[in-house]
Parts: sequence; structure tokens; C-alpha cells
Amino acid sequence: MFSAWELILQQLVNGLILGSFYALVALGYSMVYGIIKLLNFAHGDIYMTGAFICLSVYGAVSGVLPGWTGIAVSVLAAMAVSGLLGFLAQKFAYRPLLSAPRLSLLITAIGVSLVISNTVMVITKSQPLFFTSGLDNSLGIKFGSITVTYIQIIMLAVSAILMISLTLFINRTMMGKAMRAIALDQDTCALVGINVNKIIGLTFVLGSALAAIAGGMACVYYGNVQYNMGYMIGIKAFTAAVIGGIGSVPGAMLGGILLGLLEALGTQFLGSSWKDVFAFGLLILILILRPNGLLGRSEIERM
Amino acid sequence: MPNDTPLIKVEGLEACYGKVAALGGISFEVREGQIVTLLGSNGAGKSTTLRAISGLLAPSAGRVFFCGEEITKMPPHEIVKRGLAHLPEGRHIFKDLTVLENLELGSYTLKDNNERKRRLNRVFERFPILSKRMKQAGGTLSGGEQQMLAIGRGLMASPKLLLMDEPSMGIAPLIVRDITNIIKTLHDDGTTILLVEQNAKMALGLADYGYVLDTGSIVLEGVGSELLKDEKVVKAYLGG
Repeated sequence: MFSAWELILQQLVNGLILGSFYALVALGYSMVYGIIKLLNFAHGDIYMTGAFICLSVYGAVSGVLPGWTGIAVSVLAAMAVSGLLGFLAQKFAYRPLLSAPRLSLLITAIGVSLVISNTVMVITKSQPLFFTSGLDNSLGIKFGSITVTYIQIIMLAVSAILMISLTLFINRTMMGKAMRAIALDQDTCALVGINVNKIIGLTFVLGSALAAIAGGMACVYYGNVQYNMGYMIGIKAFTAAVIGGIGSVPGAMLGGILLGLLEALGTQFLGSSWKDVFAFGLLILILILRPNGLLGRSEIERM
Repeated sequence: MPNDTPLIKVEGLEACYGKVAALGGISFEVREGQIVTLLGSNGAGKSTTLRAISGLLAPSAGRVFFCGEEITKMPPHEIVKRGLAHLPEGRHIFKDLTVLENLELGSYTLKDNNERKRRLNRVFERFPILSKRMKQAGGTLSGGEQQMLAIGRGLMASPKLLLMDEPSMGIAPLIVRDITNIIKTLHDDGTTILLVEQNAKMALGLADYGYVLDTGSIVLEGVGSELLKDEKVVKAYLGG
């Protein structure tokens, strides 16, 4: 039998892992919203594409490069493909509509989402694909009768490193500062010499690459990939971004982790069929108390 | 650059917003070391002229030359690189970014970090208040301080030409005098300035040469001190 603290530790780890997926995907949602006020509903499908590419590439390279090396190579390939896909969607689907009403942009995003998921549906003939990493999922650090596996530890470490790096990039580099400035005032950015389109493109590439990493980790963690797997995580990540304060990078991280933890706790105390009710119920409560999200800023402007 | 090439030369510039014509073919030039002012009432086309020069607005006809090079169809970030900084009306500080970040972005096209630091120090020497407020969000500064920040951000590009759009707008009357002095100092240090103002008295007091715009056309031009005495100008813009 598990003791109470062992159960809490177990759910904490589960929640953090789930939360890392949400956070990595929510970052792309939030950055894109921050910079061009678009709810990019195709973002979940970019994540799915990442998972799909990771699985396909690993299938090809695992004979030569088994284990973590092969997975790393596959995730890098997934980042490249998803990043390119995000860039192309931005360049050909969204950019021509940047001065159109936001609703046109939103509908275009839904269209891009359908194009991507249906393409993968056709390729996979609607069948789920299975991923065998060959990693030993029983190795790890034991806490009483609970094992936190090395896979889990590595995934959490990778997520943490990614989020820290992104935070440094946004706050310390000229490009990161330009990204934050574009979210505030595009014309003035152009006047100080920022190539606005280039930075918007970069934002899509970054967000998509992060989603692809989450997709690759989902491959390893869940072991299967399906063309419609982006839908639910898209909604969850969007929720996480809103909870944290859409447009805010630390907000997306916080919202994602929080949502993951709430779901894990909900599963523990109410059972898995009630976890979404529990998590979303609490999230509604948060939004009633803080309509702009936990770290979002109010839209009231000082003149 | 030979001395007879104007720093900026505008030829037959036309612009429109949708179907509404805003500029009906204006021509003028600014020579190195000058302060030139564009005067005119609201809607005369002053800001439109600056936006068309800096590339924010695509002109529908006409040409713009900067240091002899045509820049008419260039995107704004390419024009900035050549040494033209446009300080838009209303200051447009990045309000959530710190004062320091605002200034750094002013030198975005610069790759050399040491040069960036040198320019920062020069801006801080000119505006010591900005160095005190370095870590504060730009939006928390007062109107006058924001105007200094906007000017400082423009100077970070080390521009050959500064386009200033209504630097006195929305600023307390006492501070307008400070802004006037700042523009004078910039001029004394050799910066060429194209100044757009509704405050004609201030602008003509500073300018070497002035153009008066009315509904998209230049209706009058002359040496600053003479325009200041011109009956029509006095009547229309100085409340005489």
C-alpha cells in the first residue's frame, strides 16, 4: 500500500510532467498572441506534427542510434520540421491577413489546423502509431515504494532548461527585447530599425519548436501518436495561457504547470473522469478573481 | 558627401489614406546642420510627410532622397540603418519595457555592444534623469521625461537626421522650454533636424528655414525669422 505522502509525491511528479507539456505548448500560444493578437488554433497540430516527425525519424535512426541519442536526433528533426511549418503558416496564411479583422485570422488558423491534422490523418490512415523507445522505464530514484523514473527526471530537467533559456532570451538579448517591444507597438519598432516581419517569423519558429519538443516528449512518455492528439492539448494549453495571462511568457509557464498539477490532484482525489471538471472549475474561479490571468496585465492604459 | 547635396530631398511627394488624399505633391529639402520646420494646422499633412519619408507609409507618387540615395520604397528598418531617426508624435515609449531597454532598442541595428554602451553614456550625460530612472518601466515616467526618453532613443541610432513630430505636444508649458533647449543643444552639436510643430512660435524661433503646409500642399516658405514676421503666418498660426 502507498502511504499518503508517497501518493502526493507521485501525483506531484505526474502533475509536473503534464504541466511541462502544457507549459511548452502554451508558450507558443502566448508568444504569438502577444505579438500579433492571434489565437493560433493550429498550434496543437504543430505539436502533433512534432510528435509524428519524432516517431518517424526515431523509427529510421533507432537501429543505429538507440536510446537517448536517437531520441535527441529525432526531437531535433521534429523541431526543425515544426519550426518550418509554423514559419510557413505564418508567412503564407497569417501575414497577408495581418491588417484584416482578427476574426478572419482566427478562421484561417482553424483552417490551417484542419489542413495539418487531415494531412497526417491521410498519411497514417487514421491509425494510431506506436512508439517504442527501448528505454528502461523501471530505472529511477526510489522514494519508498514510489519510483521517479530517469525518463521523468530528464523530461522535467529538459523542460526547466528550455523555460529558463527562453526567459533569458526574451529578457537579455536584443531580439528578445524586440519581441516584447513588437507586442507593444509595431510601428515604433520599425522606426528604431527592427525588421518586424522577421521577428514575428522568429516568434512562430520558436513557439513551434517548443511545441515540437513537447510532442517528442509525449512520444516517449505515452508511446503513441495520433493525428487528432493536438486538439485536446491545444485547448488545454490555450487554457493554461489564459490562466497565466495570455501574452505573458512567465504566465504561460505558470499556467501550464498549475493546470498539470490541478489535473493530477483531481485524478487523485476525484478520479480521472472528474479531473477536467476539477481543474477547469478551479480555473474558472481564478479567472473570476483575476480576469487578466495570474500574470497578465490589465488593458487599461495610462495616457 | 559634397556640400551641395541636401541631406534629405523630397520631390513631388503624394500620399493618401484609402481614397482620401493627404499630400498633394510637395517638394522641399533639408541641408546638413539645419533645423527645418514644417508648420501647419491639424490635418495639413505634416505627420503624413514624416511617415512617408521614414517608410511607415508608402507614398503614392514622388521620390525621397537621403544623402543622395533614393529611399522611397525602402522599409523603415532599412532607412533607419542609413542614419535617419523618426521620433513619432505622442512619444511612443515602449511602456512595459524599462528605460534602459527602450534606449537599447534605439540602437537595434547596431551590432557593436561597446559602441552601444558609449552611446548610452552620451544619452545619460545629456539626460541625467534617464540614468536615475534606468530600471523603471518607460510608462511610469512623466510626459516630459518620456519625451527625453523618446529623444534619447532616437539619438541611440546616432542619426544624421532627426525627424521630430510635435515634441511639445501634451507637455506642460514649463517643460516645453526644456524641450526647446534640448533641440537647440542637439542643433549646436551638429544634428540636422526636420521639426514638425503646431507650436509655430517655438518652431520658428528654432528653425533656419520653414515651410507652411495647408491641406497637403506647401503654401509658403522662407527663413525662420522672416516667417515669424509674415502677416499670413502670424494671422493663421500665431493668433495675431
